[in-house]
Amino acid sequence: MPAETAPPMAAPLLDVRDLCVSFPSRGRMIPIVEHVSFTLGERDILGLVGESGSGKSVTAMALMGLIDSPGVQITGSALFRGQELVGLPQKQLRRLRGREIAMIFQDPMTAFTPVYTIGWQIDEQIRAHERLSRKQARARTVELLAEMGVPDPARTADRYPHQLSGGLRQRAMIAMALSCNPSLLIADEPTTALDVTVQAQILELIRSLRSTYGSSVLLITHDMGVVAETCDTTLVLYSGRVAETGPTDALFAHPGHPYTAALLASIPPLDGPRPHRLPAIAGAPPPPLERPAGCAFAPRCAYVHDTCLPAPPPPLVPTGYHPLTAQPDEASAHTSAAGTSPPPVQFAACVLPAEGTPLPARLTHSELSTKPNFDTPDQALPPPTSFSSGEAHQ
Amino acid sequence: MTSSVPPAPTATSTHASASASASASASASASASARPLLEVRDVRKTYHLPRGQTLKAVDGISLSVMPGEVLGLVGESGCGKSTLGRCLLRLMDVSSGEILFEGQDITHLKERALRPLRQRMQMVFQDSYASLNPRRRIGDLLAEPLKVHPGPDGRKRARATIINRLHELMDLVSLPVGALDRYAHEFSGGQRQRINIARALALSPRLVVADEPVSALDVSVQAQIVNLFADLQARLGLTYVFVAHDLAVVRQISTRVAVMYLGAVVELGETDAVLHRPAHPYSAALTAAVPRPMVGAVRAAPLGGDIPSPVARPAGCRFHTRCPFVQDRCRTEEPVLRKIGPSHSVACHFPLAEG
Ligand SMILES: Nc1ncnc2c1ncn2[C@@H]1O[C@H](COP(=O)(O)OP(=O)(O)OP(=O)(O)O)[C@@H](O)[C@H]1O
Ligand SMILES: Nc1ncnc2c1ncn2[C@@H]1O[C@H](COP(=O)(O)OP(=O)(O)OP(=O)(O)O)[C@@H](O)[C@H]1O
Ligand code: SF4
Ligand code: SF4
Ligand SMILES: [Mg+2]
Ligand SMILES: [Mg+2]
Repeated sequence: MPAETAPPMAAPLLDVRDLCVSFPSRGRMIPIVEHVSFTLGERDILGLVGESGSGKSVTAMALMGLIDSPGVQITGSALFRGQELVGLPQKQLRRLRGREIAMIFQDPMTAFTPVYTIGWQIDEQIRAHERLSRKQARARTVELLAEMGVPDPARTADRYPHQLSGGLRQRAMIAMALSCNPSLLIADEPTTALDVTVQAQILELIRSLRSTYGSSVLLITHDMGVVAETCDTTLVLYSGRVAETGPTDALFAHPGHPYTAALLASIPPLDGPRPHRLPAIAGAPPPPLERPAGCAFAPRCAYVHDTCLPAPPPPLVPTGYHPLTAQPDEASAHTSAAGTSPPPVQFAACVLPAEGTPLPARLTHSELSTKPNFDTPDQALPPPTSFSSGEAHQ
Repeated sequence: MTSSVPPAPTATSTHASASASASASASASASASARPLLEVRDVRKTYHLPRGQTLKAVDGISLSVMPGEVLGLVGESGCGKSTLGRCLLRLMDVSSGEILFEGQDITHLKERALRPLRQRMQMVFQDSYASLNPRRRIGDLLAEPLKVHPGPDGRKRARATIINRLHELMDLVSLPVGALDRYAHEFSGGQRQRINIARALALSPRLVVADEPVSALDVSVQAQIVNLFADLQARLGLTYVFVAHDLAVVRQISTRVAVMYLGAVVELGETDAVLHRPAHPYSAALTAAVPRPMVGAVRAAPLGGDIPSPVARPAGCRFHTRCPFVQDRCRTEEPVLRKIGPSHSVACHFPLAEG
């Protein structure tokens, strides 16, 4: 499918290529985000996951033109409906932000000023984009708050941000972001402060945004459960670089990168025996200036070996998993008809797939319920070639 | 566990265990094992809102926490978990009810009288960044409580003792000693949470109330910190009240779980009993709503019904506006927390499970 002949409708809503973000510090440029590429189609929900500090928020803020630190360097390209966002003047960005792209911030306090009631602030946001009277705007605000599951929305609208619990504040902020029915929603940890029932409601809402308004969503989260049930595609960041990307079901069933596998293994199980200790990943990611020449995950990887260490960092390569191997029946039908295999869909920045020693598949949900011991590291991963030592020490 | 009757809690025995050495306090906690470390009796906390409205954030909670146990506190956002946590440690005054710590009524103690007790009860918050002063070195931050509070002998701690203790603390939370000379912003979220935990442990508390201590951390760091909480508990015999909205995390760490709804405890019991055989319809909805990290795992539809305002709580059962099993009786008669098993209680007229 050559891109130039495809009709404009088929172009992705957002096409990010080689995005790099560096901040100056003590006379040097610190590369925070390095060569991140992804596409987000119409009605797609893309999950962005990765350790704290891996650059998820910086990526989102760069796309929105919201990084205003002096001396910041943003290179690469981000096409939104064919329009280049990188380097776009603030005035045009602001117009896009209110109407077509909305963002939910990680910290709800930053979205509200403490001196006005939350209702007043949402009214204003609505009135900035729609010609509505104050009264009409308030009616819409109350409606939105109710949709977010805010109890007693009319009265809650009259309260100040500090008078709400963390979860209520979060919901008020989401109401504000959704007030303009954006075609692209960037949601940075939208459910982190919420209990599971409210979380389920908010995720339902995000999905309905897609079905009702055809919106696409870039969802930043560290909750793998949220990713599993919400996102079509998943992008795993590690230390500012893409570690793995692919369809969510493929990535969860066959993680191709040891970091993805370890991330999935460190989730405490809700059923089955309680593991004595959770299989945490020892250590911490390297600071940007101390990233190893080769694979950035090498100091913590249970599979590290000689070929991982020299520069450059391993490029993204197909993990060897693609729809063919996933559905053998369909696949044989496919190959006999077309004679070619479909293109790979899942990529990992690791040397293992190319060396012919890919990671084993993870157990599926039904297997898990009968094999509750999956959470011990030796069952989630094959015997490691070496251990990184000392938890939490760098 | 001995079956002998524990000695009556007299003022002298309390005093003795408080100033005892490590080995003596171990035996003290064994003999005190039948007596709760923390007891909460019908505690209420009302906030006053503009226009004369009142909000009952904590609406008559009674529970006790035994030494060495971990009580997980879960419930909907805004149900009063943080408020209760703050009341427990007297970081906030209660509107009514009683709080007993080590058998002593601390509900109305003045700050001066509370001070010696503060060493033995500490809090860890969710936001690891906001709770650390960015302009001070980690070593200075950790030394502060050691300077403010007298040592176990009642005298000011010597400089060398403090430095020793700081090194011990770094070791406890698995941070290099070099961290003491650095500033909060030089650490990752997980490391900052280790520092917060070290600070809470500085004065060797018996009780730690942790309010969503891992919610802001990503899964791999969360696993490290949950393991750390568990290790410290085993090593130091700590008692935790652990607030979290991630039920899998709560399950990993807790001995018992209390489920709160609109200011009240609606179910209380052993962790796996509450999470796997919930008796209260709200607990059942909560556990069914947990997203599983598997593609294809289905979770139950979110709870429907009207979410009641905490300002105007429904009459009868506080959950009746959303309960799938509601009956007439629920709308008028408030269910009280009652025992349905040796260590399992529920506040529901029609519980889903018995015992
Ligand atoms: N304005 C800035 N100037 C300098 N460094 C920054 C700036 N903003 C972020 N950083 C650094 O960039 C790195 C990535 O930060 P980012 O906030 O994107 O992480 P994240 O993946 O969103 O993590 P979390 O899960 O904790 O939100 C961090 O090391 C952070 O300290
Ligand atoms: N200072 C305050 N003034 C008025 N109301 C308050 C105040 N602090 C909390 N509240 C209200 O009291 C109720 C309980 O709040 P609390 O913060 O204890 O809930 P929580 O269970 O910790 O919620 P979350 O899970 O969102 O942190 C909420 O309805 C909240 O809006
Ligand atoms: S390249 Fe080597 S060190 Fe990096 S993730 Fe793969 S196996 Fe581990
Ligand atoms: S008392 Fe009635 S309304 Fe309340 S939880 Fe039980 S069944 Fe539901
Ligand atoms: Mg972030
Ligand atoms: Mg709270």
